[in-house]
Formats: sequence, C-alpha cells, structure tokens
Amino acid sequence: MSFNLDPKIPAGPLSEKWDKHKFEMKRVNPANKRKYTVIVVGTGLAGGSAAATLAELGYNVLSFCIQDTPRRAHSIAAQGGINAAKNYPNDGDSVKNLFYDTIKGGDYRAREANVYRLAQVSNNIIDQMVSQGVPFAREYGGYLDNRSFGGAQVSRTFYARGQTGQQLLLGAYSGMMKMVAKGKIKQFSRREMMDLVVVNGKARGIIVRNLITGELERYAADAVLLCTGGYGNVFYLSTNAKASNASAAWRCYKRGAGFANPCFTQIHPTCIPVHGDYQSKLTLMSESLRNDGRVWVPKKKDETRKPADIPEDERDYYLERIYPSFGNLAPRDVSSRQAKFRCDEGLGVGPTRQAVYLDFRDAIKRDGKEAIAGRYGNLFEMYERITADNPYETPMMIYPAVHYTMGGLWVDYNLQSTIPGLHVLGEANFSDHGANRLGASALMQGLADGYFVAPYTIGNYLASNPMEKVTTEDKAFKDAEEAVKLQTSKLLGIKGKRTATDFHKALGHYMWDYVGMSRNEAGLKKAIDGIRKLKEEFWSDVNVPGDTSNFNIELHTAARVADFLELGELMALDALERNESCGGHFREEYQTPDNEARRDDEHFTHAAVWEYTGANSSPVRHKEELVFENVKLATRSYK
Amino acid sequence: MASTQNMTLNLKIWRQKNNSSEGKLVDYRVENVSPDMSFLEMIDVLNNQLVMKGEEPIAFDHDCREGICGMCSMMIDGKAHGGYKNTTTCQVHMRLYKDGDTIVIEPFRASAFPIVKDLAVDRSAIDKVMQAGGYVTANTGNAPDANAILIPKPIADEAMDAAACIGCGACVASCPNGSGMLFMGAKVSQLALLPQGAVESPKRALNMVHTHDTLGFGNCTNHAECEATCPKGISIEHIARMNREYLKAAFTYHEKKRSEGAG
Repeated sequence: MSFNLDPKIPAGPLSEKWDKHKFEMKRVNPANKRKYTVIVVGTGLAGGSAAATLAELGYNVLSFCIQDTPRRAHSIAAQGGINAAKNYPNDGDSVKNLFYDTIKGGDYRAREANVYRLAQVSNNIIDQMVSQGVPFAREYGGYLDNRSFGGAQVSRTFYARGQTGQQLLLGAYSGMMKMVAKGKIKQFSRREMMDLVVVNGKARGIIVRNLITGELERYAADAVLLCTGGYGNVFYLSTNAKASNASAAWRCYKRGAGFANPCFTQIHPTCIPVHGDYQSKLTLMSESLRNDGRVWVPKKKDETRKPADIPEDERDYYLERIYPSFGNLAPRDVSSRQAKFRCDEGLGVGPTRQAVYLDFRDAIKRDGKEAIAGRYGNLFEMYERITADNPYETPMMIYPAVHYTMGGLWVDYNLQSTIPGLHVLGEANFSDHGANRLGASALMQGLADGYFVAPYTIGNYLASNPMEKVTTEDKAFKDAEEAVKLQTSKLLGIKGKRTATDFHKALGHYMWDYVGMSRNEAGLKKAIDGIRKLKEEFWSDVNVPGDTSNFNIELHTAARVADFLELGELMALDALERNESCGGHFREEYQTPDNEARRDDEHFTHAAVWEYTGANSSPVRHKEELVFENVKLATRSYK
Repeated sequence: MASTQNMTLNLKIWRQKNNSSEGKLVDYRVENVSPDMSFLEMIDVLNNQLVMKGEEPIAFDHDCREGICGMCSMMIDGKAHGGYKNTTTCQVHMRLYKDGDTIVIEPFRASAFPIVKDLAVDRSAIDKVMQAGGYVTANTGNAPDANAILIPKPIADEAMDAAACIGCGACVASCPNGSGMLFMGAKVSQLALLPQGAVESPKRALNMVHTHDTLGFGNCTNHAECEATCPKGISIEHIARMNREYLKAAFTYHEKKRSEGAG
C-alpha cells in the first residue's frame, strides 16, 4: 500500500494561499452543522480551542481528556510566552518576518505554506485571548508588553508572568465550559483513548478506557480530531507531565496514519539537572530567563571553587563567545548542544558535572533585584524549592532536557492525516516546526490549529464527503474493543518481576544515550537492538497487579510503556535513515569543522513519513518532498 | 532545612478501594529517602515496593509535577499540600522532613469532592461552577485588536493575581465549611476587574454563586484557612470582590425576557 502524501497546498502566492483556500473550501450550512458530531481527543490548547470553536459553530462535540478536568492539560505548564507578528514594539516585525524566523529556526524542514499561515493567524490569537480575559502583561500606559525569545531579533512574545501557558489554557478551557453549559460539548474526563475506529477507510470513532471504572467505552462521530500532544516521555525523563503519552497517536499510526519525522526531538537547554535515579521528571526553567541570565562554565577543568569566587577572566560565556549576534538567545537546539559539548569537555559544574551556570549577577547589578524578581520571581522560587539554592545569590545550574517533539502524525495543509477524517492538531502533528521549534511557538501553533485552521477544514471535510450512518454496534467498534481487551488481559496475565516504570526507565536510557542530543550510526543501531530486546523482556516479565474493574494506575502505565517501546525503536530507525544533521537531529557524522549541524539538502529536503506494515514486518519510509519557493535554503547561522 | 542524609520514614496513608467502600489509615515504612526527592517521588518509591510485592499501589492524582496543573492534592499531616507557603504537594521536597518522622497522608476531604480511590478525589464540581459563568462570552472570531481596549497595569496585575488559581481545591479541603469561595471568587474577581469580563459580571456572580451552593460546597465564614493554604497565594480580597459583585447584582440585575423576533 502506498500513502497519499499530497500536501494539498493551495496554488497561488504564499501570502494569498490561505485566503484563497478559505474561499474555495466547502462550507456546512449553519442549520446542518448540528447534524454532525466531532470527537476531540485532548483538551490542551489545540483540543480545547478546537472543541470550543466547533461547538460555537454548531457542531456536536465529544471532548475527552485523561486528567480529572480539562483544565489540567499539559499546555498549562508552558511558561514563557506566545509569539505573534503584531509589531507593537515597532521593531520591524511582520508576518513575513515571523514566517521566515520559524522556517529558519526549523532548519528548513517545515512546509512553507503551513508556516506562513501560522504567522498570519498569530495576531488573531492574541486578539482572541485578550477578549476572553487573559491577563497578559501590560505597560503602564495600558498597552500589551512584549519580550524576546530565542532565535528572533525582535520582541514578539506576549506573556502572562511566568505562566503564559496556564493563562491561555484557562482561556480555552473557559470557552469550553461555556459550550458545555450550552450542551454543545459533552465532556468526558479521566478517559484515555485506546484505539481509533476506522470504518470504510474513514475515521469514525474511538475506544476509550474509563480510568475510574476500568471499563472500555465506544464513541462514534463523523470526524476525529487528535490533540493529544507530543511523545517526549518516550525518554522517561522529560519536562512533560507524567500522564503525557504517545498511545493515542501510536494507535492511529497502527491504524494507517503516517508518522512523520519521529526523530525530531527538542532538547531544551535550560532545565534543572538530574539528581538521582528516583527522579520522576525534569523541570524546565523558562527560556525567557536567557533574556537576562548569562550562560557560562569555568575555563578550568574540575573547578572546585564556588561560582562567585571564579573571577571574570576564568569564566567562559560560551554562547556569547560563539554566537555574538544572538548570544544567550541562540536557538534551543544550538544552545543545548553547546552545553553538552562543554560538559563532554569536562567543564561541567555541580556534583554530577552535567550542568552549566545560568547567572543573573550582572542583570541584578544592572536592573536591581526588584526588577529581576518582577520578571522571573515565580521561576526563582520554583528553582529554590527544588534545589534549595537561591538564584538571586548563586547562579542557577541548568542542563538540557527533552521538552518537545516536532515529529508527529503527518498531516496535509488541512491538518488531515493519511486516514480521511482523522485530523491532527498541535504538538501531535508534525507540521510547522521542522527540525527545531523556536521558543513561544508551541502555544501559537496549538491555538492556531484549534481556533483558526481546523474549524474551517473540518467543515470542508464534512461537506465534501458523504457520511454513511455508523453506530457503536458496528463490527469495527467491536473488533477494536476486543483488541484492546486482549492486550489488557495479556498485560495483566504476565505477572513478571519488573514494573512497567522500570522498563520505561531502561528505555529512557537507550533514548537519551543514543537517540538524544547527539547521534551516530553505531549508537542508533545499538539502541534499535537494545530496545527490541527490552520489548521482548517487557512482554514476558512485566508485573501489572490488580484487574480492570477499577482505577488501576499500573495498568494505565503499562499500556503506555508498551507503545513507547515501539515508538522508541521507530525514532531510532528514523534517526538512522536521516543521514544529515538538521535542527534537533544532530548526527555526529555530519557536522561542520566548528561542530555545527551540516544539512544535506540534496537528499533530505523532505519529511520522512513512516507507514506501519504489521507487527512482524518493518515499517516503510515514504517521503513528502519539501518545496521552497519563497525562502532560499541557507546554512543557519546565529553567529 | 533539616536532613542532608537519607532517611527512613513512617507513613500512615489512607487506603480506600472506591467511593462506596470504607477506608482506613494503613502503616508503611519507606527507607532510603533522599532529601532531594520530591514528596511524590517518595510515594513512587513506596508504590514500586508495593507493586513488587504484588500489592496494588496507592492511587493518587498528579501530572505536571511542577506546581501548575493543579492535579496533585493530599492532606499531609492534616494540611492541604502540606501547608508550606505557596507550594503544591508535588513541589514539597523531602529535605523538609527528618529521619524517623511519621507523616499522615489523607485525601482532600470535602462533601463536594467524593473520594475516587485512596488519595484521589473527584473535583468535577469545580468544572460545574465554571460552567455557570467562569468565562467571557467571546466566540472565536469576535475579537477586536488586542490593544483596542487599554487596561491599566495595576488592574491587569491584580487580575493576574486572581487568575493564577490552579483549581486544585486546597481552599475547599482546608475550609471548615468546605467552601469553594476562594477559587470561585478568584475567577469572578479576575473577570470583573477586566473590561472584557465586566460586561457579564452581574449575571456571572449570581449564577456561579447559586451553582456553587447546590454542589455541596459550604459557605464562607471568614476563617481564611483557604488563603493560608492556597499554593498560589490567592488573597481572600477576591472573595470580598465577588461578594460585592454578587450583592450589587442581587439588587440590580434582572434578566428581562424579550422576544427577538424573526427577521
């Protein structure tokens, strides 16, 4: 079987494509919208905004989330801000500029038309969120304030203290609650999607587990929107929330959705370093800190002095040294890699020597402690709670950690996957960030997809396709449910000697060591081999106590780990096949003499899209060639 | 700052199979607890031991583990989130405890929050209060330019103070009356302060308060336990603002039924 990977990019000049497409798309008459039901899985920025907007338009929405309420989706943890091309600071920003920065930031591995549309609707997002009562930071004159983020030379980031994601998510959530009250959204909490139901080649429903009762439930609809976030937790330790997982997307992959660029992972440069093997997650310190913090390591190996006692000329402010024009605001992939290089050279600091300093001494001297507290007070408090160090007095210690996944289910310009009717939004899709995402762009993309893209394209899909009547009694639903039941009883029946988390940690070590910040052929092969063995051990030695009749947290974990084990292998395979370095994908074999990523545009200007071919055969790698008509491919330089 | 060395702790943890069964405190002992562990990581270690013995682990709610999602809960030694200033349970670290300590861990207890299992409770009543008006009716596509309506910085800042609520329900669990006035007041106050939200403020205050009262939440009698335990430091001034909005609306707000007519 071969995939149809037509991106369906509208013809015409870049800046007119979206308007033209909106005009040409079919629409559902207002009175007919109530005849359609749409399933939205996930209630983060993408899912929450899509559910609310589709319900406002008149569709019947069934919304599902894994937490106890939709307000807890992991978008809530985004700290620093959201980009938009408003140009309020008058520093020369524009839609074209935001488009260009995003394409370049993604190391020329994203689709031009999608990224341009993202930049176009970015301004509507800010307007919409303000009108919903999001208290963005303001100047004394009452106007909105902006700050800068990595990979940009303008200030285009809107923020609400250090908790922008929270405020935006609560905005989207409140819109949802409004439509729940009106009866247009039926909200199902503590549900985990276990499978996608495909009828006559179209996505028509889902199987979910009610996490409280343990029962499986079936839901049918005319279209399914998957908004289930990224798969960073395949590394076990990441900045993602504990419940964030890849299973919903993975089950769709196994039902025929292409998985694009799984190896494109973002390692965020500023996280609190790992401190013990009991550690359950990593905590991000917002990129916004790099506006005022200076990153450095001692020049001397095995330095034992306290940071304050190390004189200026014995410190290496390496980002400022190597990238004078972007300095501490170099993009995430570049900054992370440089931190790793310093630690590999033996210049790391702290008890594990796997950390670098992020120092606010000079900023406090320049602007005063109060000003710094106003900008980052909550982050400083959080840092102190976790580490017992006070960053006003001593530099933070930071190290890169897995944060975001640019890869995801392949979608066309309409955000539709290779399965008709299955649309994928937000971090769960692969579309806009190429091989590296710029800071403050995830919130922008989630909300763009949910508020301003999917509501139009879903209408087009529904109006263009005849919908046969489908009920949850159909065979496809029964079969899908049986398959989940079978897997569940298998997991419960093994009664082995290791916990699911133990396997997850072991997988995480393979991923971090060989499929992390720096990759090479031998390591990737080792990872593939090791993960395969680990998967076999999992299915013969995992221990899942309890049964399916209640809230069984070990069963939930085990089912997710089973999917992570398969995804991890695909990520390593994708990384092995991509014989170039680009963005977050750094292959040691392909680098410039000064250790920068060396792309191979001749052979790899494409998205790699993987097709599942069964449990016992290898997945097939397809390509969507990326065509650059408006941007000239260049070597990314932040020097 | 107490320990720098690994500790042994005695835990008394509430175990309850489901909402309809009876629960009880069960004793556990956890060894080798590092002071750098978070409180939830300490429970992870215990759960790992339980699973290896073939027992069911302790069910508890958690997700982001960085103090923002509001999913974690627990009464630790009788206090919501342990009672540390501006701290959620997931941000409590074991360096706050000493070797040999006994810690009592229970679920949030309030009539509006029925127990699901062990330490996990059902807080869907918070969503129901929000559905009664915790939003601005601004459908997607309606919005004027974001800078069209200016908001003085002190007002925006105050609205942000209220908006910081994470909806964890610690205020309800700490209140002797099991009142949800702090989280509800925070939302009413945030939206009343902002011009975008002020339009619907009277109706919002009336509907949210009425809904709150039907869901098993108690009333506010100014104990201020909620403010003391709120992990986001939300002030009871927001309850006062909600009360003013409510009173104003109770006297002045009447929704007249008018026929819109066909065009």
